[in-house]
Amino acid sequence: MTLSDTQKEGGHIGEPANMRHVHKPLNHDSAEKHVSGTATYIDDIPEPDGTLHVVPGWARNAVRGRMSSIDLGAVRTAPGVVAVLTAKDIPGINDCAPAMGDDPVLAKDEILFYGQVVFAVVGTTRDAARRAARLAKIEVEPSTPIISAEDAVAADTTVLPDYQFRRGSPETGMTAADTVLSGVLQVGGQEHFYLEGQVAMAIPEEDGGMLVHSSTQHPTEIQHTVAKVLGIPDALVVAEVRRMGGGFGGKESQANQWACLAALAAASTGRTCKIRLDRDDDMIMTGKRHDFRVEWQIGHDGTGRIRAVDINFLARCGYSADLSLGVNDRTMFHADSSYFYPDAVIRSRRLKTDTCSNTAFRGFGGPQGMLSAERMIDAIAITLGKDPLEIRKLNFYDADRNLTPYGMPVEEHEVMKDLFGQLEESSSYWERREEVKAFNAQNAVLKKGLALTPVKFGISFTLKHLNQAGALVHLYTDGSVQLNHGGTEMGQGLYQKVAQVVADEFGITIDKVRITATNTSKVPNTGPTAASSGTDLNAMAAKIAAATIKQRLINFLSDLHSCTPEAIAFQDNKVFVGELQFSLAEVAKLAHQARIHMSDAGFYATPSITWDRDSASGRPFFYFAYGASCAEVTIDTMTGEMTVDRVDLLHDVGHSLNPAIDIGQIEGGFVQGMGWLTTEELVWDDAGRLRTHAPSTYKIPAAADIPEDFRVALYASKGNPQETVYRSKAVGEPPVMLANSVFGAITDAVASLNPGVVPNLDAPATPEAIMKAVRAIRQAAPTQGMAGA
Amino acid sequence: MRDTIRFLKGGQIVELEEVGPNETVLDYLRLRARQTGTKEGCGEGDCGACTIALGRLIDGKLVYQPVNSCIQLMAMIDGAELVTVEDLVANGRLHPVQKAMAELNGSQCGFCTPGFVMSLFTLYHAEGQTKSRKAVTEWIAGNLCRCTGYRPIVDAALDSCFESADDAFAWRANETVEKLRQLSDSRDIYIGDKDRFVASPVTLDGLAALYGQHPDATLVAGATDVGLWITKSLRDLPKIIWLGRIQGLDRVEESTAGVLMGATATYQTSELAMSRLSPDMGALWRRIGSKQVRASGTVGGNVANGSPIGDTPPALIVLGTTLELQAKDSSRTLPLEKFFVDYGKQDRQPGEFVTGLFVPRPAPNQIFRCYKISKRFDQDISSVLGAFLFTVMNNKITEARIAFGGMAATPKRAPGAETALIGASLEDPSTWGAGMKALVSDYKPLTDMRASAEYRMETARALLAKALMEASGNSSAQIRLRAPILEAAE
Repeated sequence: MTLSDTQKEGGHIGEPANMRHVHKPLNHDSAEKHVSGTATYIDDIPEPDGTLHVVPGWARNAVRGRMSSIDLGAVRTAPGVVAVLTAKDIPGINDCAPAMGDDPVLAKDEILFYGQVVFAVVGTTRDAARRAARLAKIEVEPSTPIISAEDAVAADTTVLPDYQFRRGSPETGMTAADTVLSGVLQVGGQEHFYLEGQVAMAIPEEDGGMLVHSSTQHPTEIQHTVAKVLGIPDALVVAEVRRMGGGFGGKESQANQWACLAALAAASTGRTCKIRLDRDDDMIMTGKRHDFRVEWQIGHDGTGRIRAVDINFLARCGYSADLSLGVNDRTMFHADSSYFYPDAVIRSRRLKTDTCSNTAFRGFGGPQGMLSAERMIDAIAITLGKDPLEIRKLNFYDADRNLTPYGMPVEEHEVMKDLFGQLEESSSYWERREEVKAFNAQNAVLKKGLALTPVKFGISFTLKHLNQAGALVHLYTDGSVQLNHGGTEMGQGLYQKVAQVVADEFGITIDKVRITATNTSKVPNTGPTAASSGTDLNAMAAKIAAATIKQRLINFLSDLHSCTPEAIAFQDNKVFVGELQFSLAEVAKLAHQARIHMSDAGFYATPSITWDRDSASGRPFFYFAYGASCAEVTIDTMTGEMTVDRVDLLHDVGHSLNPAIDIGQIEGGFVQGMGWLTTEELVWDDAGRLRTHAPSTYKIPAAADIPEDFRVALYASKGNPQETVYRSKAVGEPPVMLANSVFGAITDAVASLNPGVVPNLDAPATPEAIMKAVRAIRQAAPTQGMAGA
Repeated sequence: MRDTIRFLKGGQIVELEEVGPNETVLDYLRLRARQTGTKEGCGEGDCGACTIALGRLIDGKLVYQPVNSCIQLMAMIDGAELVTVEDLVANGRLHPVQKAMAELNGSQCGFCTPGFVMSLFTLYHAEGQTKSRKAVTEWIAGNLCRCTGYRPIVDAALDSCFESADDAFAWRANETVEKLRQLSDSRDIYIGDKDRFVASPVTLDGLAALYGQHPDATLVAGATDVGLWITKSLRDLPKIIWLGRIQGLDRVEESTAGVLMGATATYQTSELAMSRLSPDMGALWRRIGSKQVRASGTVGGNVANGSPIGDTPPALIVLGTTLELQAKDSSRTLPLEKFFVDYGKQDRQPGEFVTGLFVPRPAPNQIFRCYKISKRFDQDISSVLGAFLFTVMNNKITEARIAFGGMAATPKRAPGAETALIGASLEDPSTWGAGMKALVSDYKPLTDMRASAEYRMETARALLAKALMEASGNSSAQIRLRAPILEAAE
């Protein structure tokens, strides 16, 4: 980890000099609780007496078809079973979808995908309910399922209308281009594999109310869907979450169903009900990162400069829409990676398949879009016999060519170039390129590859109304502060960052700030903690709330002591009034006596966003976050095995609020992205059943998979040009796409086997996928006439 | 006879009278003891979130080993010290590994963290470990983290685990040893009635008698497979006989002829002997499951259950391993390959049990190679596993023994290729072609979630080619990624 000098000093231009927490590499607020096993997750909350346990039941072999009979007799009479619930037991609306009304909580007449929940068993123990759930006899009249993207294209089924961005005339551009290349890239999906599976506990309250503890990124949506399913007003439902054991997008909308089932069981039995999915059920029933078939065509001017682009993104969305609109839009927004496309058409189809409903996953469609752009660049470079790095730089946005295909200018193109250039230098790219060539010349079986790829990721929800947040801050008369906001903690350090901001606003030490669980009765009508925006939105709202309280105290003190507000300062748990000095507790007590309001609900809405989807115009993002990554790999051309030997990352977080947490997000995001592109393979069998539904068959990276030589640094930023909280930048998602360098390096290694031929490498690059590309490139005719080859 | 199980926790002896035959340690901790620091991530021993440490006396010394509590049965901790994350904080102070994890940002969401802490606790107490990233990543291969990307966890381990132990467990080690000695008795355990029980005999004769009475009982060694029958298949196994207390059954004896492994010898305890047999065997052993799985899992159990996910049998088969079986009034020895009859079917009679395996040491004129191909390097099950033993005279192959895993329903020899390679010259690759071609008729592999049939066949041929290339003197460093150091040993 390296920090710029200004970050070490703390305090940037225009910032107060008295900051004790912001910009400091402080540990996660729960670090000591995590390591000692005292951090409470939902399954650790002491259960009220008589708590019952809910287990979802499903037709264990059905993929698609009408249910001709549902025999739950044996389930109902099994030991320990208190109730068995089906669709007809739902008092409200049988839907837990985030938007489109197409996600039944319990299947009604038809099974729509392998793993769809048909009934719920409520038992005295989880074990009893699990055993009972397997006793159901569900007859299904099977119909031929649509499983792959290709199946769905053939059947012409979609969950949402097609959409496209078009700029200029790609048709003319292609004709005018010197060379036109085309290809197909298959990009696999990804299971979230949050270590804490889906879990919720519902506690019935008086007047029909319901308190729901849910491991969710979106408590407000839990509140809404529970109310909708129970047929009660939103005001009767409270959703709360202190922390999740990982989310990654998988608990943005996909936590709804489990909270609804717990609440339904609690409403039905009048007792506390808890649901915690078995890992296999979790992996079978919940949605994943979208997988894509990408059909691309690119024209360039003969030197490698892009003239026109035509991309068709065919996304497998699953049986319902879920968040597929935003996900696929974001794929389109990132189909340019960091490159200027003079003429372009970017098409997107949201295909409906009889599979689990794909959902948000860190990057939210962006990674698939950017990976496609990198494949096109690699294709140009390989066919020209040039280094892909040269072609990347040739096509970067610059002062004259800085409009994205959707019309938003890339204002920080200098930052992008500077950052990329720094990594090119610090990673010794060109020296290592020679070493890689020498290694490959000497080795017949093992081949090395090298790639340096950029990241440019748009920050803001592209659904405009989600870009708002609230916070609730109380100052108590002993000088302690209670902090609440609408953002949720899933490990990303949001609570810590917001607490740092609030502590510095009040000039108090962070131990005086009590962080409290996200709760819909404290801060209402929140958006999901997603789109990397948690800190941008919630820290700002909390800062506004704290500043409002502080201003009231300043006004009170300046009246009391007849001084100017400028003479008053809050620092080191003290309040300075001219020459006088008070503890914050003293000031708070006095203010309370004087009937000053010491609580505030802060609110923040991101400015400058003007995106209009219907006309595909305006500005969707407040700003971009940038990064670059250089990866070196070795592949075994006999078996397809691969190791990542060295990785250098440089990433732009503006002025970091907490460099330790930001480095953690960068490294963790990279490794997660690397897993997506290498070892993590989702396999459905021919019947449409997911076969990789446990860690025994689905392989996320383990410790030995991280590069032996792993160098990670924060870019020495001059600060976010936009007025974000302390000029920081969002960091949650962008680092995932740093892993594109690993895929590029594998492509490079395969390409070395037959220079001039573009490897047909699909993601994830498992040993089998690498061997497929190796075999194909060896069988391809050698190419002639490569410039520079 | 004893009708309780006893273990040490937090310095106190705990004695339980009621222990269900299928009760796991994780369920005991979370549901009965209400100690929720230990987490369930997957319930199948593949993520490590539920890792606990078990302290036992091994050759008179106190050794802490990491174990997946989700698939460890309660009876199996009899006589051990059970250490969970709650036990590490002493006098309000974090343990050195906890402190390093917290200060070096080793946790983000925190859910995997107690498991990592416990794995690192066992590394902290392990003796003779060389400080290196590789040592750490191998030790924590069974702990998955989805947030951090592992770097800060590895740093925390390097920072805290390689000094001599100076924690509350080290301070009271003598006392612990004394208490564990008290707990170690030679009484058979039997909890339950004749229809539903968990038992733990201490002699082979006792086992033979009990199993003779209850041939329908489930024999449990490490429970790394049986545990999943319980947690995932929800099978009710009313009669459990745990073999872990049978004296001498865990022996590992090395001789010039080979290695004798008792049925309850774990992968962990046999690893050194295996790597002395051949570096490739050592490398294979280290890629079986994870530290946690190897601390509990046994080769005997893997073979006896005919687990379809056994990665050792192909290697054991080419080396000519024999199996010892015993019943109440009989015993016999048979070649391991004859034991695997068909998928999930073994040549084991009612009341008969495996007592041990003998693995012959390769002769000086024999070349052994083994390759495991999987999506992930550590803690994965092979898509293809190839094992090769070439007997060589004057650079010509006089006998070839070849077996593959992942190519058929059971680990299977390649008779066609073996015959075709007799007489092949290590100096002349053109003489290898017949052997490579023969594999196509030796096997009809299937497509599943691990690999396609085509890839499996292609890779089987590639692995045979690799073995021949290495046998003919090519440096393994140029032939394979992450090659174990072979040259030194041969």
